[in-house]
Amino acid sequence: MIKHLRSAADLDAATATLILDTAGEMASLAGREVKKLPTLRGRTVVNLFYEDSTRTRISFEAAAKRLSADVINFSAKGSSVSKGESLKDTALTLQAMGADAVVIRHQASGAPHRLAAWVDGSVINAGDGTHEHPTQALLDAYTMRSRLGRLDGLRVAIVGDVLHSRVARSNVLLLTTLGASVTLVGPPTLIPLDVAALSRSTKVSYDLDSVLPDMDVVMMLRVQTERMQDSFFPSAREYSRRYGLDLARMRRLPEHAIVMHPGPMNRGMEIAPEVADSSRSTIVEQVANGVSARMAVLYLLLGGKA
Amino acid sequence: MAQPRADTVSKVILSGSDLQRVVDRIAHQILEKTSGATGTVLLGIPTRGVPLARRLATRIHAFEGIDVPVGALDITLYRDDLRLHATRALGKTEIPAGGIDGRKVILVDDVLFSGRTVRAALDALNDQGRPSSVQLAVLVDRGHRQLPIRADYVGKNIPTALSESVRVSLTETDGLDEVKLTGGVR
Repeated sequence: MIKHLRSAADLDAATATLILDTAGEMASLAGREVKKLPTLRGRTVVNLFYEDSTRTRISFEAAAKRLSADVINFSAKGSSVSKGESLKDTALTLQAMGADAVVIRHQASGAPHRLAAWVDGSVINAGDGTHEHPTQALLDAYTMRSRLGRLDGLRVAIVGDVLHSRVARSNVLLLTTLGASVTLVGPPTLIPLDVAALSRSTKVSYDLDSVLPDMDVVMMLRVQTERMQDSFFPSAREYSRRYGLDLARMRRLPEHAIVMHPGPMNRGMEIAPEVADSSRSTIVEQVANGVSARMAVLYLLLGGKA
Repeated sequence: MAQPRADTVSKVILSGSDLQRVVDRIAHQILEKTSGATGTVLLGIPTRGVPLARRLATRIHAFEGIDVPVGALDITLYRDDLRLHATRALGKTEIPAGGIDGRKVILVDDVLFSGRTVRAALDALNDQGRPSSVQLAVLVDRGHRQLPIRADYVGKNIPTALSESVRVSLTETDGLDEVKLTGGVR
């Protein structure tokens, strides 16, 4: 088993499949009387969050607690970081406290890679800048597999602000590893060529309507205005008209196709409320699956001999 | 596969037909001890306990026409030796639709050795619900218990040395039915 999960590229097909299978077993916990396992008793998991997050932090916290690990939540606000402490010094503090795993979210791309050199425990990337968010890709793949029965040969469109999306990057890597083919869709200003180049099978399109009839999965991305220093499109209204998923566009999808969104959503911008709440949408499922997928990652990284 | 060393022996303890007879006997004993297997649930411990539990249910059905619910209980997440080995892949847990609350649960495994697997199974069961009683059926009891645990139904007692190992093969998982004793210096 791998020691760290810094990038979706850390996972080969066998390891990724093992994580998804394990997540499937973890999911059965939800139907049980006692939703807790003794597996990680005595292990410490630190959630190190330099950026705001609701679902990812709660999801990791729930996952670690359900496996009986001790959880320490650290958020940059209200900590010594606001007094100017560096990532390295924070890491050394965590190291001294004996963290078995550090779950890190950081605004700087590559922060988990640096951190892995400073701590003995496992490092799990919970989103670094505009780089990667591997556990999101795992829960997305798990959701696709449980809804559609397979990943090999699936056609997946990732639509919107690919440029600022760590979710897109991790998904391209993981889905390609697992045999799905990805089409990136959005305005040319928001489709970086390096993401398209991550795998040979990845295609690019600037026209959503023509892509939809051939897709099994459409993943809508949030327009990350907080990361935009330039104007990447003329207006929100125009963006929504060309790249927003409304009811009319959803009808262009094949009967079986599903609609995904990593959240948080801008309802009415990239996705219409009626679409987000439709039976094709897996948005709420994705949150539930997130806990299972993260339990699987924590178990596989920390469950065995260190 | 490596060739067995010259100084080790490999002996067939139960052949295919022996194994079948042993399963038949345990099925009869279960029917006797649980007064007709009413309110009983068979839970196999992966890997080989699961097909064994299914076979017991099939035989019970053949003898008395009763359908005993069968499931699987994976114990990996409850093991006490997780930190001693590389991470293990999980097996399947399938609790029958009726659940286990108030039922007589019979755990089924291939080999009873240290008793640690059964200890983990009891913990796992405890998190699934509250059976009215728990019994244990094993194909082979090879001794060397490390915990105060015993089986209610034993296919065959095989006295072993610690250096020996008992290999159970089943058609469902290994392509043939057989129990073999290997290793150890004679």
